[in-house]
Amino acid sequence: MPRFLKDFLNRNGTGPGLAMLGLVLFWTVGLIILPQLSMLDFSFRPNLPPPELGGPKDLYTLENYKYLVYGPEGGSQAYNTVDLMVFFRTLVAAVCVTVFNLILCYPIAYYLGQTRGNHIRVLALLLIIPYWINEILRAFALRIIFGETGVLNTIFMGIGLFDAPFDFIRNDYALYAGLGYAYILLMIFPIYNVIESLDHNQIEAARDLGAPWWRIHWRVVIPYAKPGISSGCTMVFMLSAGALAAPQILGGPSSLWFTQLIYQQFNDSSDWPQGAAYAVVLLVTCVLLVLAVMRLFKVNMGDIGK
Amino acid sequence: MSAGVGVDLENLWIRFGDFVAVRDANVNIRGGDFFSFLGPSGCGKTTILRAVSGFLEPSQGNILIGGKNMKGVGPNKRPTALIFQNLALFPLMKVWENIAFSMEIKGASAGERRRRADELLEMIALEGQGDKLPSELSGGQRQRVAIARALCAEPHVLLLDEPLSALDLKLRQHMRTELREIQKRVGITFIYITHDQGEALTMSDSIAVMRAGVIDQIGDGKTIYNDPATPFAASFVGENNVFRGKVKQVSGDRVLVQSNRSGDLLARVSSANIGKMKEGDSAMIFIRPEAFQLARTGTEGDHYVSARVVNEEFEGNAFNIFMEGDGGKEIKVSLPNHGQSFDSHKGETMTLRYDVKNAVAMPAGVLATE
Ligand SMILES: Nc1ncnc2c1ncn2[C@@H]1O[C@H](COP(=O)(O)OP(=O)(O)OP(=O)(O)O)[C@@H](O)[C@H]1O
Ligand SMILES: [Mg+2]
Repeated sequence: MPRFLKDFLNRNGTGPGLAMLGLVLFWTVGLIILPQLSMLDFSFRPNLPPPELGGPKDLYTLENYKYLVYGPEGGSQAYNTVDLMVFFRTLVAAVCVTVFNLILCYPIAYYLGQTRGNHIRVLALLLIIPYWINEILRAFALRIIFGETGVLNTIFMGIGLFDAPFDFIRNDYALYAGLGYAYILLMIFPIYNVIESLDHNQIEAARDLGAPWWRIHWRVVIPYAKPGISSGCTMVFMLSAGALAAPQILGGPSSLWFTQLIYQQFNDSSDWPQGAAYAVVLLVTCVLLVLAVMRLFKVNMGDIGK
Repeated sequence: MSAGVGVDLENLWIRFGDFVAVRDANVNIRGGDFFSFLGPSGCGKTTILRAVSGFLEPSQGNILIGGKNMKGVGPNKRPTALIFQNLALFPLMKVWENIAFSMEIKGASAGERRRRADELLEMIALEGQGDKLPSELSGGQRQRVAIARALCAEPHVLLLDEPLSALDLKLRQHMRTELREIQKRVGITFIYITHDQGEALTMSDSIAVMRAGVIDQIGDGKTIYNDPATPFAASFVGENNVFRGKVKQVSGDRVLVQSNRSGDLLARVSSANIGKMKEGDSAMIFIRPEAFQLARTGTEGDHYVSARVVNEEFEGNAFNIFMEGDGGKEIKVSLPNHGQSFDSHKGETMTLRYDVKNAVAMPAGVLATE
């Protein structure tokens, strides 16, 4: 038995220790790894009616992946431009949402983390309370704000800024706002957590040595907050690339999110293998992208957990 | 290195809401001096330092550095460098980057910065440690890095906020000498904050004794120790025996006090209080433990008090004798150990002789321990 296991069991007692271990194993293996593996397995199989499952036609194939790149066999186009476009647009948009979120949330997190006083707790509470409301209701609330006869248009037309109502939804502004808003807390709190532990004297020391405010952030605060920034960015990116409710409710009719394609394949066309293949591609691409960015900014995996 | 410039505080008041943290401070610090603010915790020392470095606007009054009024000048624009109570080194930067941070701001090239950092590392006896992280250094080494980082900015005034308080006793004593040497070498003004009177006395050219936002006395170490201006200064700096009583008779700088429990005592009026003591006023007389001589009997013409030896203690450099005078008055006497044999006098009543110039009288007031 490895040493850490022995220590763990000694510390918690054999019975409770084993129970805890079992639960964690069940959680990671039973609820995460096995379903993902079965998705992976699905993605390499043809879409067969139930009687033919396990039959002679049920062989591993790359067809589902080829479909994403080349489209239906004998189709009019050489590549599956529609789906590929949706795929890349989703990734780019998710990156944009993440960057936008970071720019918006870093100052808030810095303020919350470095200011002392009771009003900080009130502010944090005000940030949290809206999230007691269901995600779908929040998305619809944004529709009310951004809609053609919505709050924004009424105001802007009232003060004479627009002549005609502006279609925020068709132009995807509502979608980006919705996605950005949906994960603000996941960006603010990891950064807030690290910045709160930053000794204020370090900021003053830098200032005393002559540093202007931007250099203090660049050289002292941001390097210190890097673990928080990376875990916030990772979560926001992963979740917005994989979001479904916000694109469904706030997306324009012509613009699809890649998750919507996956959803359609599972649900509307009952093509689980195809949906699974798309989901695997999305997951793997996102993970690779995150790893590449982490490498670029020299972030360790261990930092993310902080 | 830049020459030290003077710092003047003129009628300085600092308030936090209704609370007055600094009350009407007037201090003139000469350029190139090692100046200390000495006072108990919470008396407003850090507050003064933060006002000088520019992190805090005074509520009233002026701060002049090198004769220039600093009103409205931000901390990054003042010719001061502050060493924080907890040092505040940048944990993610290497030691040399920490030291050269102020040059980085001015846009110096990496080569230049490295060269200067190495020079300073040599000065603080840490050659070759530039590539370590601060966390990889010992407490005393970190201390010196903080000093080097501040000196690298070429300040005219270095402000130090209890920089030795985190160190153990031996290292603290070593760093005292070292700090003093560094100050002499670079020649700039040091403003040093401490609640440790030993530190203040050994290092400073001049000391300001502070109590609850008020500066009680400014002077060199000998003056503060031998000729305290207030009961607080007398009881805070070093140990002292205090005798309370009423003034019976004043003549010039001599005063006869009828003490509450030890009879009539003749004493010298402290310089700051000459002319301020009148017959009938309550007074305090301070006699240091080492100013007493132990004798069997008092002779005519001597100045003495009588007391019974309660306890004796050997401290290495001195014998401490705890005595009880009339009415339970506690008196501490300390006799320097120069190898003499020491006979116990426990339980005996002895005579404590003193020289009048070592008995300092002043109007009664607040003591440090109260
Ligand atoms: N920002 C502030 N707001 C309100 N009161 C303050 C503030 N800063 C300091 N004080 C008060 O001012 C007084 C002096 O504080 P200061 O930090 O100057 O003490 P100090 O002499 O440096 O003590 P120490 O030796 O413990 O560091 C204290 O009573 C403190 O409570
Ligand atoms: Mg302090």
